[in-house]
Amino acid sequence: MNQDWINALIGGVIIGISVSLMLFWNGRVTGISGIINGALSPVKGDTGWRVLFIAGLFLGGLTLDALNPNIFSGNLQTETWTTVVAGLLVGFGTILGSGCTSGHGVCGISRMSPRSLVATIIFISAGVIAVAVFKKLGVFL
Amino acid sequence: MKNGLAALVVGFVFAIGLGISGMTQPQKVVGFLDLFGNWDPSLIFVMVGGIIVHFVTYKLIRKRKSPLLSTDWHVPTKKDITPALLVGSLLFGIGWGLGGFCPGPAVTSLASFEAKPFIFVMSMLVGMFLFRLVDKKLNIKK
Repeated sequence: MNQDWINALIGGVIIGISVSLMLFWNGRVTGISGIINGALSPVKGDTGWRVLFIAGLFLGGLTLDALNPNIFSGNLQTETWTTVVAGLLVGFGTILGSGCTSGHGVCGISRMSPRSLVATIIFISAGVIAVAVFKKLGVFL
Repeated sequence: MKNGLAALVVGFVFAIGLGISGMTQPQKVVGFLDLFGNWDPSLIFVMVGGIIVHFVTYKLIRKRKSPLLSTDWHVPTKKDITPALLVGSLLFGIGWGLGGFCPGPAVTSLASFEAKPFIFVMSMLVGMFLFRLVDKKLNIKK
């Protein structure tokens, strides 16, 4: 096994531990798109934990950046409009589809939710087709 | 308060996992999705690792009457495969392939203070608001 696979597996195990802590402590699914979306329409008693979760992600990011800035290397060489369109699609799509990689891909599949299994197969397949098409179109510079 | 602190810790640990795994490198994500080109399968192990751990812990944790810091479980129970689920996941997948970011790694990457993650996250928030507008008018997620 090469080092990238081992790192991916270790990272995945850490993610598995973190979503388990969320369930054990707060009884919640760690669905990041849903957590962010909920924070956008503040409801008393249901907003603080969302904001603090997002703050935790950011603090984790700062820590990673301090330890090894290469962790944030590898930005795509694309024109800015592609980043805007990508963000719009991810924001709109994850809310319409009730979840993203964390909520459906990790949490949902772990509890064997048929909805999450279907969603994950679709978004990975769509991503594969999208990358093939966008490469052909010369979107990735 | 306790729930907030718990969420902060979870977010922090989650971000560390993302960083170690390679998910915060959009080129690597695109490489993972580039099945018909120069495929880099490594990121499949992120899901494998996460699912193996949580598959086991989910069963153990749900044996409890309630979570440690809350009176109720808040786990989704919907079972029906709706058009909203299918179309939403499709749009998300296209955006994921185009930008190389899904929501968690994008927010975590804000800490690099580079332009791309910032532009992506702002656009993602606009996308979420846009969904509300469309849903209010057309009730697409019933």
